[in-house]
Amino acid sequence: MAPLDGIGASLRRKEDQRFLTGKGRYTDDFNRHGQLHAYFLRSPHAHARIRGIDTGRAKAAPGVVDVFTGADTKAIGGLICGWMITSKDGTPMKAGSHRPLAEDKVRYVGDHVAIVIAETYNEAKDAAELIDVDYDVLTAVVVTDKARAPGAPLVHDEIAKNTCYEWSLGDKAATDAAFAKAAHVTKLDIVNNRLVPNAIEPRAAIGDYDSGMDSFTLYTTSQNPHVARLVLSAFNGIAPEHKLRVIAPDVGGGFGSKIFIYAEETVCLWASKQVGRPVKWTGDRSEAFLADAHGRDHVTTAEMAMARDGTILGLRVHTTANLGAYLSTFASCVPTYLYAPLLSGQYRIPAIYAEVDGVYTNTAPVDAYRGAGRPEATFVIERMVETAAREMKIDPAEFRRRNFVPADAFPYQTPVIMTYDSGQYHKVLDEALTLSDYAGFPARKAESAARGKLRGIGFCSYIEACGIAPSAAVGSLGAGVGLWESAKVRFNPTGNVLLYTGSHQHGQGHETTFAQLISTYLGVPTDQVEVIHGDTEKTPFGMGTYGSRSLAVGGSAIVKACEKVIEKGRKIAAHLLEAAEGDIEFKDGKFTVAGTDRAKSIQEIAFAAYVPHNYPQGVEPGLEESAFYDPVNFTFPSGTQVCEVEIDPDTGVTTIVNFVAIDDFGKIINPMIVEGQVHGGIVQGIGQALLENAVYDPESGQLLTGSYMDYTMPRADDVPSFKVGLVETPCPHNPLGVKGCGEAGAIAAPASVMNAVTDAIGKHMQMPATPERVWRAIHGTAV
Amino acid sequence: MTVSVSITVNGKPVTRQVEGRTLLVQFLRETLGLTGTHVGCDTSQCGACVVHVDGRSVKSCTLLAAQADGCAVTTIEGLAAADGALHPMQAAFREHHALQCGFCTPGMVMSAVDLANRHPGGMDETTVREGLEGNICRCTGYHNIVKAVIAGADTMRGAPAKAAE
Ligand code: FES
Ligand code: FES
Repeated sequence: MAPLDGIGASLRRKEDQRFLTGKGRYTDDFNRHGQLHAYFLRSPHAHARIRGIDTGRAKAAPGVVDVFTGADTKAIGGLICGWMITSKDGTPMKAGSHRPLAEDKVRYVGDHVAIVIAETYNEAKDAAELIDVDYDVLTAVVVTDKARAPGAPLVHDEIAKNTCYEWSLGDKAATDAAFAKAAHVTKLDIVNNRLVPNAIEPRAAIGDYDSGMDSFTLYTTSQNPHVARLVLSAFNGIAPEHKLRVIAPDVGGGFGSKIFIYAEETVCLWASKQVGRPVKWTGDRSEAFLADAHGRDHVTTAEMAMARDGTILGLRVHTTANLGAYLSTFASCVPTYLYAPLLSGQYRIPAIYAEVDGVYTNTAPVDAYRGAGRPEATFVIERMVETAAREMKIDPAEFRRRNFVPADAFPYQTPVIMTYDSGQYHKVLDEALTLSDYAGFPARKAESAARGKLRGIGFCSYIEACGIAPSAAVGSLGAGVGLWESAKVRFNPTGNVLLYTGSHQHGQGHETTFAQLISTYLGVPTDQVEVIHGDTEKTPFGMGTYGSRSLAVGGSAIVKACEKVIEKGRKIAAHLLEAAEGDIEFKDGKFTVAGTDRAKSIQEIAFAAYVPHNYPQGVEPGLEESAFYDPVNFTFPSGTQVCEVEIDPDTGVTTIVNFVAIDDFGKIINPMIVEGQVHGGIVQGIGQALLENAVYDPESGQLLTGSYMDYTMPRADDVPSFKVGLVETPCPHNPLGVKGCGEAGAIAAPASVMNAVTDAIGKHMQMPATPERVWRAIHGTAV
Repeated sequence: MTVSVSITVNGKPVTRQVEGRTLLVQFLRETLGLTGTHVGCDTSQCGACVVHVDGRSVKSCTLLAAQADGCAVTTIEGLAAADGALHPMQAAFREHHALQCGFCTPGMVMSAVDLANRHPGGMDETTVREGLEGNICRCTGYHNIVKAVIAGADTMRGAPAKAAE
């Protein structure tokens, strides 16, 4: 019988006790002896040349220890982007200089100008007001189409047309040929609105230099502490890796925004050596709005060609991606390799051609945000499919069915890189139709109409790529790193287990889920397992947590390490049980001589390994094994959402009256946690569709939505409860059969919601469908 | 300018000299080291900082410490019983997976306890959703929080608990 706390159990979370009692330890909860406080002076202008900076009065202010500007930090290496994109003409992308503190120019509102370090935070903040910066204010470019116009001001003086790259994927000639024989072509202009990630814990960092050891420790809000250490060492040159320890303790949500290596932690770490004391910075929400990397911000034109029966023949997409003022850590790959390869959706599309232009503007850098490229791709293909079905008067569910990759066609090679490994798209759709009572929709619509309300229903059948990624494959596409993951399983002599992972949890529940793997694979109950993560000095090198990769890649490494433990344990057990190694079976935590009741528990074996008095010759003492896992392919979670809305035409208010999500994440370890990930993702997607929009003034480049009073976060009374269900098609190429579940909700929900809204109002409109914009769309003044 | 502030925090009287501009949340986190109360915004919108002041939920970033002089403050650290047993609302959050990263959780739980106290007759989903409108959670999508608050409130007023689905 499977243990009750192993794979498949909705085990309550081990980590909750500390979070529920106020004992979580987030970065800002740490204080180092003798610590100073930092405040960053930021640019009030979107675009300006710095003529000079006078820090004299600030340095003399009460409590101030030092002030540094770009002129002082030239020894720090520039902030980097880790993925090289090659334009379609063969030229490499153009990455402008990205200094931790601005030197010649500031390039967005919130850009970093100086760091003030003082005894208290208030003193640092007060003193920052005394810094005189002589700005020569320049015209800002904010909107991507204007940024590419002839004569537009240049964000980086040396980068023509503000263009980082002009990239393409797919077969243009084949796609043109597909359109030439189309019976129907659907065309849409699609805006994917800019979002601010808004993890509720703001970013924070403490840099701590130890002069005795000549080494640094950085406490930081990171999703990937090893990657941060690597970048801070190899590129920023703060300290060699063996002299730098990065600790990412409890982290209050990430959603991508805490993957990146930002100016703040880089400068605080460097400065701690300059001032000889620890330097702490905790961002406030206003700074998070200004200077956390934003998400999305695409402008797309898409065309889809169909045969008379609705069979999709081809897809042509042109996207302009706003990259912001600088290339953030993974900014270049998000609108390219994490986007266009997903444009095939769940469909057999013989020909696809996508062009993406990456453009600089005087706005905050744009990088991965929950889903990272896949939500943008899903929004394009799913809005196109829904619109095409409506134009061709084919039921949208039926239209999808006709074009789905059938269950017997896997592995399925798309025309845009990906080889889908598994899926049951028809089955998932059918379950979603049943759970949403699709058949009853016309009656519900009539009932709404009788009350003067507009009712609409929308689908989104999404595909995503998780488990990033086979290192060699992403390397050939320009990635600067490998994307494997690591694990170490350490038995203690008394039989309990320390599990070290290179991935990192910031809400996902690894401490529980990973312990469940140990329960199933080694038969050690979860309360005897401690999962250790987030400290480069404790855990093996790992690539961290993003892209729904922790279980598919990190979990697979854990399985590999468990297998090594069992292999070694088998040798020890054979010796102790005086049997041949080949006769030893391992199950439920016991090594048994096959066909007998002679057995040793894994705890007894662990004890023997550490007290090796009676021990097999040639076997090393100890029971501790490490493994690294490099996946052979991406995983491809899929699913269908059905959203039903009711709109009040007099006010434009949209109410979600029913929301169904059926997901295929492969094998499920903890259903409770998985459903929680789905709920959270869906609300971020609903937020994008109905509420959230990061808006810059198109002339001045000021962020108009810089607080929770202007940027509408989804709150409890904005969203409904959800009906979620799971279909399990195991991933065929990793040992757990898992696919990843962290982003699906956010990937699919914008399309399902907007398909419902546009169905209700009978018109195309752009996100977010706020009451004003819906009202305008209904009454003919569309935005 | 410093002021003297005397507050009973989680049942223990404390007196400290603080800068006049010290917010209650700074007093709790920085002066007393009670880091369970969090700061998620600078416009009093997120609710991560909610504590109870004289039994009512208050955003501790909206109040100067000096304004709480003479009051009794309960923070998340003071909610569980002396023997460590979780408060019914804390237990319900765990049972219903109403937290992920845990950062909004202390404020969410403190708001939920006050909400339950203000609705001794029990609450439906709409009441809970409207009652938590001042607390932002970016992780959970609220679905499980709503379930937990209804269950926790039921336990608090002695109604038979419903099993989690
Ligand atoms: S920190 Fe008090 S409401 Fe956000
Ligand atoms: S659990 Fe992360 S913000 Fe609520």
